Amino acid sequence: MDRRSLFKAGIGASAIAAGGGFSAPALSQGAAARTLRFVPQANLANFDPIWGTQYVVRNAAAAVWDTLYGVDDKLEPQMQMVEADQVSADGLVWEFRLRPGLRFHDNTPVLAKDVVASIARWAPRDPMGQMLAAIQNDLVAVDDRSFRWSLKRPFPKMRFALGKNSTPMCFIMPERIAATNAFQQISEYVGSGPMRFVKDEWVPGAKAVFQKFDGYVSRQEPTSWLAGAKNILVDRVEWVVMPDPATASSALQNGEIDWWENPLPDLVPVLRRNRNLMVDIADPLGNIGSFRMNHLHAPFNDVRVRRAVMMAMSQEDYMRALVGDDTNLWKALPSFFTPGTASYTEVGGDILKGPRNLDGAKRLLAEAGYANQPVTCIVAQDQSITKAMGDVTADLLKRMGMNVDFVATDWGTTGQRRAMKNPPGQGGWSMFHTWHAGADCVNPAAYNALRGTGENAWFGWPTSTGVEAGIAEWYEAPSPAAEKAAMDKVNTAAMNDVVYAPTGFFLSYTSWRRNVTGIQKGPLPFFWGVSKT
Amino acid sequence: MWAYVIRRVLATIPVMAVVALFVFSLLYLAPGDPAAIIAGDQATPQDVERIRASLGLDRPYLVRFGAWVWDIAHGDLGTSIFTNLPVSRMIEQRIEPTLSLMVVTLILAISIAVPMGVVAAWKQGTIIDRAVMGFAVLGFSVPVFVVGYLLAYIFALELDWLPVQGYTPFERGIGPWFQNLILPAIALGGVYIALIARITRATMLEVLSQDYIRTARAKGAGQVSILFLHALKNAAVPIVTVIGIGIALLIGGAVVTESVFAIPGLGRLTVDAILRRDYPVIQGVVLLFSFVYVLVNLVIDLAYTLFDPRIRY
Repeated sequence: MDRRSLFKAGIGASAIAAGGGFSAPALSQGAAARTLRFVPQANLANFDPIWGTQYVVRNAAAAVWDTLYGVDDKLEPQMQMVEADQVSADGLVWEFRLRPGLRFHDNTPVLAKDVVASIARWAPRDPMGQMLAAIQNDLVAVDDRSFRWSLKRPFPKMRFALGKNSTPMCFIMPERIAATNAFQQISEYVGSGPMRFVKDEWVPGAKAVFQKFDGYVSRQEPTSWLAGAKNILVDRVEWVVMPDPATASSALQNGEIDWWENPLPDLVPVLRRNRNLMVDIADPLGNIGSFRMNHLHAPFNDVRVRRAVMMAMSQEDYMRALVGDDTNLWKALPSFFTPGTASYTEVGGDILKGPRNLDGAKRLLAEAGYANQPVTCIVAQDQSITKAMGDVTADLLKRMGMNVDFVATDWGTTGQRRAMKNPPGQGGWSMFHTWHAGADCVNPAAYNALRGTGENAWFGWPTSTGVEAGIAEWYEAPSPAAEKAAMDKVNTAAMNDVVYAPTGFFLSYTSWRRNVTGIQKGPLPFFWGVSKT
Repeated sequence: MWAYVIRRVLATIPVMAVVALFVFSLLYLAPGDPAAIIAGDQATPQDVERIRASLGLDRPYLVRFGAWVWDIAHGDLGTSIFTNLPVSRMIEQRIEPTLSLMVVTLILAISIAVPMGVVAAWKQGTIIDRAVMGFAVLGFSVPVFVVGYLLAYIFALELDWLPVQGYTPFERGIGPWFQNLILPAIALGGVYIALIARITRATMLEVLSQDYIRTARAKGAGQVSILFLHALKNAAVPIVTVIGIGIALLIGGAVVTESVFAIPGLGRLTVDAILRRDYPVIQGVVLLFSFVYVLVNLVIDLAYTLFDPRIRY
């Protein structure tokens, strides 16, 4: 026994003697091995994946509710709850058949009427769902395991819409729950997926517990993201919410947790030095940083001013401020789409390539007649991503000679203020910062931020007929080559009109203890196939 | 005295009413929109507006305030906008960790700070006195989170004696419960120890210069008896007052401590609710805190009678 062990033993014995009657630890070693303790990216504050579309809710919901289709790691939708489908020759009628043996967590069978109700609740909240609802003739349950969807126009992206991983996903719930208005929250959490949500143990802001559901009938194909087998290899997954990254880092090193979804890049070197830990890229689809300019009001209602900003901005500055000097974590992005995916395009992205042109930007500003109007730049300080990007933008605009009204605030206030269409001096804004999950930006399907529908578009309200024409073309595209051609047009138009300013592509890490295996890289944490020894 | 207690308890009602009005108005005027947070970053402005309407956040101020007061009058603190759980249940889930942390901190702080202050006064001007005062300055100056990180690094990561984070309910045994509270209580108690030690020293110095202490010495009373029976009892009123005032300090410090040590207490609930603009939760927790503070003041007032028989209510 060495000196330290002796000292520890002494202290331990004293503590036990002093405490008297100490009880056993809550978990025995066997139980601990069957419980996976996971630190999520954020607090699970609600658990309705249709009503609340935050990523953290989607991530938890994916374990509890199953989907009709699921995208694999190639972003191809594969059948999941669906056993077979058939589309008519004219593309107007889709018929689906469910797999046998599917059960909800209350042990009632999953029926076609449940699916119909679930789709009806999901559709109003999802861009693709809204498109489907707009061209729908009817959606009916044919029998217990079959349903039919009749459309007025063909919709080739049907499987992708029902299996995509962007929020809101089309989760299947019992009919009585799915009957809830899509803008009101459910209070009963009866899932159809491989894990059961333990509502009684839910402490919002602190803990959420998921238990293996023995009645789940898994597919037999190999696991790949949301597709294939979803075998749960632990009894329980405990989500432990830790608001402080330093605490999460210490807890992971100390073995108090098993998996930390997204460590800060600053703490990664510490984690890498610990031989009990693994560190790897969490999601190869990463994120796209952005700031949005208000197209309704001066000065950014003039495309020349928006182009001047694009011409001068350095994505490297943004990315280094965001993730530091780890060049594995970021890349410049002369595109609005996720790099490394099949349809990725840089066509039209020249304005973001090459040396930055501050003088040219100043000339363009002068040409646009910029008259020193204040630029109300809203920056949420409680989000490290927006804070870092906001500081870089403020510096950029000042170097361009613009009059910056820097509004340091929190994310809650940003969420409210960005919805205001008033001029900047009357409670409105000129620009705000945000970011988009790369999984949402692989194509135009779930990409609200790219739409150019003016007053109906996302905050900033850009108008771009070129973008809209390209998106329409993408939806109709009969082949991957045609899809790629359509995305070239979308990217070019979005760059020309500066729908928003992409600040770069960045990745994040995830870290887990070596005794945990089976973690997949993907856009969300997948708990199937993960085991702990 | 009972009439006094009843009067004081009844007096909490108008105090709580003012707090309620103030908190509600402040939240109403504050910027931020829970509907935008709920809807998520991909939601359209129309979605946000529909969620706002479904939550009743588009109703006028007086209607919302009236409904809230009516519910409270019926013992209902409302339902969280985000979790859809009753606020009372959320407080119930969180109250034990915060209460445990505060009780352990209080016991730890008083049992360390009072003797420290007494000894410093006794050894006035010596190195012991300077050391105690130096510690007090340090306790005031170093932020709670810095102390927390240092303690976690040394005692959890390096020595592996104690857990880094978390809370074990008391029902699972006093050992695991206490283990989780040691580091947070030390971190949170630093400022409190400093405050009480300084007040104890100052008050003791004044008392030790009184004639009756000289008389006690002349009668041959021992040093311990003089310090702890004759002097400390007479110095107790200001010390107890500071302990009471310091509970507000503890409530504020608990917010940071609970975040650093990932303790699922009321402090974290409050911060989370503020960041998300979960109005019913913020209102419920602030009302609870103000009620506790009023009660603590009452207890302190009553405690005076124990130390000074001249005080009567």
